[in-house]
Amino acid sequence: MGYVLNRLIQGLTVIAAMAGLVFVGVYAIGNPVDMLISPEADQAEIDATIARLGLDKPLLEQFLNFVSGVLHGDFGTSFIYNEPAVRLILDRFPATLELAVSAVLIAILVGIPLGVIAGLIPDKPAGRSIMAVSILGFSLPTFWVGMMLIMIFSVWLGWLPSTGRGETVELFGIPVSFLTASGLKHLLLPAINLALFKTSLVIRLARAGTREVVGQDYIKFARAKGLPESRVILVHLLKNMMIPVVTVLGLEFGSVVAFAVVTETVFAWPGMGRLLISSIVQLDRPVIVAYLMLTVLLFVIVNFVVDLLYALLDPRVRRKGA
Amino acid sequence: MQHGLIATTALVTGLLVAAPASAADLKIGLAAEPSALDPHYHNLIPNNSMFTHLFDSLVEQDANQHLIPGLASSWKAIDPLTWEFKLRKDAAFHDGTPFTAKDAVFSLCRVPKVPNSPSAFTIYMKAVAAVETPDDHTLILKTATPYPMLPTDMSTLGILPAKSGKVAGPIVFKKTGCEGIEAYPSTEDINAGKVPGTGPFVFKEFVKGDRIVFTRNPNFWGAKSAWDTVTFKPIPADGPRVAALLAGDVDFIENPPSQDLPKLRKDAKLRVVDGLSNRTIYVALDSADAPTPGIKLPKNPLHDARVRKALSLAIDRKAIRAKIMGGQSEPAGQIISTGLYGYNPALKPDSFDPKGAKKLLAEAGYPNGFEIVLGSPNDRYMNDEKIAQAIAQYWTRAGVKTRVDATTKSVFFSRRGKREFSAYLAGWGAGTGEASSPLKSLVACRKPEIGYGTTNYTNYCNPKLDATLTEALATIDDKKREGLLQQALAEAQSDTGIVPIHYEKTPWAMKKSLTYTPRVDQYTVAMEVKPAK
Repeated sequence: MGYVLNRLIQGLTVIAAMAGLVFVGVYAIGNPVDMLISPEADQAEIDATIARLGLDKPLLEQFLNFVSGVLHGDFGTSFIYNEPAVRLILDRFPATLELAVSAVLIAILVGIPLGVIAGLIPDKPAGRSIMAVSILGFSLPTFWVGMMLIMIFSVWLGWLPSTGRGETVELFGIPVSFLTASGLKHLLLPAINLALFKTSLVIRLARAGTREVVGQDYIKFARAKGLPESRVILVHLLKNMMIPVVTVLGLEFGSVVAFAVVTETVFAWPGMGRLLISSIVQLDRPVIVAYLMLTVLLFVIVNFVVDLLYALLDPRVRRKGA
Repeated sequence: MQHGLIATTALVTGLLVAAPASAADLKIGLAAEPSALDPHYHNLIPNNSMFTHLFDSLVEQDANQHLIPGLASSWKAIDPLTWEFKLRKDAAFHDGTPFTAKDAVFSLCRVPKVPNSPSAFTIYMKAVAAVETPDDHTLILKTATPYPMLPTDMSTLGILPAKSGKVAGPIVFKKTGCEGIEAYPSTEDINAGKVPGTGPFVFKEFVKGDRIVFTRNPNFWGAKSAWDTVTFKPIPADGPRVAALLAGDVDFIENPPSQDLPKLRKDAKLRVVDGLSNRTIYVALDSADAPTPGIKLPKNPLHDARVRKALSLAIDRKAIRAKIMGGQSEPAGQIISTGLYGYNPALKPDSFDPKGAKKLLAEAGYPNGFEIVLGSPNDRYMNDEKIAQAIAQYWTRAGVKTRVDATTKSVFFSRRGKREFSAYLAGWGAGTGEASSPLKSLVACRKPEIGYGTTNYTNYCNPKLDATLTEALATIDDKKREGLLQQALAEAQSDTGIVPIHYEKTPWAMKKSLTYTPRVDQYTVAMEVKPAK
């Protein structure tokens, strides 16, 4: 119990510290009024806008207002859209989530088989070329790869659309696009683009895991017992090498959701990342702050859950923490 | 004879009906997404160009920003303080309700009542002191002082139906808040398509961040659109927007990046259209008689008009046009674009004269020049930072050692507001399409309380200019006012109060099968996209 409480206090401290940092940081970028108001407006109009947005108050007071708002579940209202910042973000959350889930699925379905192959035959040309390709996946910038995908599959071959999200249908009240043909076509390129880096990561993890597990006694014993190779790989090997892959992917998922910004920009995907970019450009402070705070919250929660799971699995952690 | 006529009519009608049977759809890639469809919410180019599809104004602006009849078929000043607008009798809202003077008054009443508007339209209602409606199709607007800009101001305000609010009894216009209106439609209602307009298109869908869809208004009072359905897709990133056009995912894009234009022009499947815009790119110089932050001298050399003139002469505007802008600009000698109302044909761009510049600097007591920092945004105007770099080199060559301080627009505009720059590059779009807009904001003495010099961050103040401008703004006679505006523009250049660089040319790229009438106000509107003949 002490351990849980300890972790919880740590998490809350991180959130509080981030709130201060984020607020002051966003405050320092510039004055939103200079971006918002028509340059022809007279002083009365400018003063009215400043007062309405609460920008005439000192920084500390603005921050305290923000904190008390957050404690009441209100992250502020967008300067640009006049809608609650959280609602603006959550409205676009399904699009980003869909993209992120698709990307992670691609990473798993492509990355694990390739990684296992590379791990089983590390010295053969096939194994080497898989590793070479995975290096490309790590090192090529997402923006450039995205543009190349568009040039090849949309402009030259004309197979897939280059921009936007396709038709959506409601699934449990949430608009999703992967259930329509047009939606699926629109989803493919951005999902591949976003999956590229993660796929390379999975290949490397799967390869390392495979190489480690392959040398274990129980694999040797299984082979000696005369089990067919497919069973050795699919049951004994896969089960054991998956643990680190799942752990890392779980943690990485948060970052895929929060930082799909580049892919969303290239493919004009109507997700949260693009909202963040346009809010930064237009100095829509409440949206920037709310987005960053939600991201912090997401990571703190994920970490908290992971910590709890570790403690459940390993009593030593529990004792150390308390 | 009678029969023949009917038969012909039937045939023609049949053809007309048959023609659009194959649905004509248009997909437009936008560089910036509007924040709302509400015509009174956010005074910004993406919003203003978008709402004109749905909502008309009493007065409209044509592609050259000349005033043309909108929901008012004619208007005139009965006396210097009274304007009469005759309203159309054949206009109706998308739900069939006929348009009347009541709707106009209702809309004017709403303008200052939009909650949380980031950039309100109130400035365009400031002059209106009283509103009267002698009959359903006449609107009388009264001003407190003679105000010739009233029709222009009316061209910025979209008209909503009175039915969309809660109207109890007759509406009485009051400057402090109209009587007889209990509630106005909210911005959200308009974004959701719940409020019909009278415009050429009808709302179908607005998915924020993804698309805006309109369909043709078959009962539109004016020229009907060639398109059954128009879809706007925001694609803010330049490269992907061009790629979407190349891939055929959109038919038409605004603002193709200038470095891609030569390639797009060569493409046989595409067409590039460009036209002069109302945007002047200029350099503003701090002319205060006091030390200035960007120059480390006890005295501000820019206070001397000869130094300002020298800095203007040192710039090769033609080279900037050819080398940096790829021809997408026109050298400027004043702060209003060629051909717009008030443009003074006698003011020519300063020609490149490095020797003359050095001579003037020597005369002013700076034979060895001085050091200066030139501020600039790097993501606001076409090639803004590159232009600033070029100007810095020209100035350095003339002896004024220049360093460019270019930042993203949000940072630049904030720093400019805090007066951190002695010299900065910026742009001004004359929203009204005539010369009083830049004169009033950029070079008039800073008196923000009356809306003068609101973007004058350089302490420039020329009382003669202000007097001429003030007189112009109170002169109803169009001819006389134009003369006064021309005089004020000449006044601003007489002591180089501002250094005009060029007018931007706005490009649009589209499929070969389309054409576009370039708009001076840089608006992208589906009404002007037409099938090529």
